[in-house]
Amino acid sequence: MGKTVVEKILARAAGKSAVSAGDVVEPAVDLVMSHENAALVINQFLEMYKDTGLEARIWDPSKVAIIFDHRVPAESPKTATNQKKIREFVAKHRIAKFHDIRGDLGGICHQILPENGYVRPGAVVLGTDSHTTSHGALGAFAFGIGATEMASVWALGTALNVEVPATIKVVVTGKLPEMVGPKDVILHLVGRLTAEGANFKVLEFHGDTVRSMSTSGRLVLCNMSVEAGATSGIVPADDETLRYLREEAGVTDALAPVQPDADAVYERVIEIDVSQLEPQIACPHTVDNVHPIGKVAGTKVHQIVIGSCTNGRLDDLEVAARIVKGKKVAKDVRMLVFPASGRIYAQALLKGYVGDFVQAGAVVMNPGCGPCLGVHEGALGDGETALSTTNRNFKGRMGNPTSDVYLCSPAVAAASALTGVITDPRGAAAGGAR
Amino acid sequence: MSTVVLTLGDDVSTDVIYPGRYMATVLPTETPQFAFVDLTDFNAKLRAKQVPPGSVLVAGKNFGCGSSREQAVSTLKGHELIVVAKGFARIFTQNSVNLGLRLVEAPDLEAKEGDQLEIGATEVVNASTGKRFRIVPMPPARQAIVDAGGLIAYTRKRLVEKR
Repeated sequence: MGKTVVEKILARAAGKSAVSAGDVVEPAVDLVMSHENAALVINQFLEMYKDTGLEARIWDPSKVAIIFDHRVPAESPKTATNQKKIREFVAKHRIAKFHDIRGDLGGICHQILPENGYVRPGAVVLGTDSHTTSHGALGAFAFGIGATEMASVWALGTALNVEVPATIKVVVTGKLPEMVGPKDVILHLVGRLTAEGANFKVLEFHGDTVRSMSTSGRLVLCNMSVEAGATSGIVPADDETLRYLREEAGVTDALAPVQPDADAVYERVIEIDVSQLEPQIACPHTVDNVHPIGKVAGTKVHQIVIGSCTNGRLDDLEVAARIVKGKKVAKDVRMLVFPASGRIYAQALLKGYVGDFVQAGAVVMNPGCGPCLGVHEGALGDGETALSTTNRNFKGRMGNPTSDVYLCSPAVAAASALTGVITDPRGAAAGGAR
Repeated sequence: MSTVVLTLGDDVSTDVIYPGRYMATVLPTETPQFAFVDLTDFNAKLRAKQVPPGSVLVAGKNFGCGSSREQAVSTLKGHELIVVAKGFARIFTQNSVNLGLRLVEAPDLEAKEGDQLEIGATEVVNASTGKRFRIVPMPPARQAIVDAGGLIAYTRKRLVEKR
């Protein structure tokens, strides 16, 4: 019987000839990632060794990545102290894949891992962050776990009692219309599947639209797969994956892409034709509350956020910069831009996008998660509305339970920054945005 | 018999259970104070120890969706609450298994605040209405960790065996 990509990856990692959905395996782990919540992982890790008489040792520090991104620079003495303790642990355990708060090497974990070539096709990647699904964009099986499970992996090098997930095949076809992109595709899909439609399942992406999509776009699809509840999203590695890893991530060693069998067994197949797709908006307070932009166009917004692990990459900034270049952010609107990494920030500087944003009246912030999780940098006032390229609009997500968050593409966010209301960027492309 | 102390709808996210702004607080001994902190009345009752251990939260589908933050589990575990829901999101489910928070999946459940529930191995009986609801059994891979007393104990045993 044919196998899906994830079944093949887990069989290899568990040292078995074949596994199927529903089997329980103990895969060797190729890469693990934590951000500031490494503070809790460390606590649980040390707890595991308590009264064992064993020295607490990470199974393979070269496979551990720690990236500060959720609260950078620290917003409070408490966070700063957590970060200090993590730094000390990193030094003690010789963790080389450590990305501190820096303008050159820092950034959001889900951008740092791909751009440094840490993620490889066929790998098993675990992260203490739900959006670890992102790394499926490179053909890896990547999923989010909690801090205690991470502590267990640090100790053993394997993930215990992993249930092999069933896979839903998603076939995306057709040419994306002007001003419609990967974010609109995944919002549309989450709306169709619902927030629990892929719970405990993998979304495996296929179709000519995905094949012709850049790795940056594929990261958007896989990043938000978790918003349908998916364990992981995955794009089987292809020429574009190899191009990205060789040319952009500087990987020189051998790569082993994994393809699904032609007769792989899928739980179901979902087909999406994007040739007529309109810009999509996820309305408060669930990510599956998705509508074409026409339904909410004209809604007043107070804050625009462009960035995050979903849409803070160079192509996202390019789309947004083109729209706002030479124009002005509307009165009474705050436009915040967060490049996803220091590298992207530097590229955006060279390309002139940072200048375009600043001259339009946007505030370009340091790379990091920014206001996405409501911790610092851009909290919302009571009853305010944000329009954001981030991935979650749960009640209270941006720090204020009385506020509303709408999710959209970078094109919609930029077009709306100029008008102060949710605006269709297809009009903006034609010079329609005021 | 367990009393339903709070009823919630579908898709209750980790941002509602434990808002991101408290994520710098990580230790299981410290997180319970921020459980459902934006539901001010319920949070006040929890802080005042007016919710006895073993009390039940009733929720709809996809409880615990969103972030992998383990605080969303330790904050409820700290009050020894039981969550009975129509369904649970994956990461929240695994975190609960790992930390020993009791989850009961009862897809057809009907219960309101103040109801008395009898939670058995295969069904939940709502003693206040007399209705019975099936429980979806936990897969053996997860049950093994629960039976060991959580993942710390489960992994510790492996570490000692490996020596």
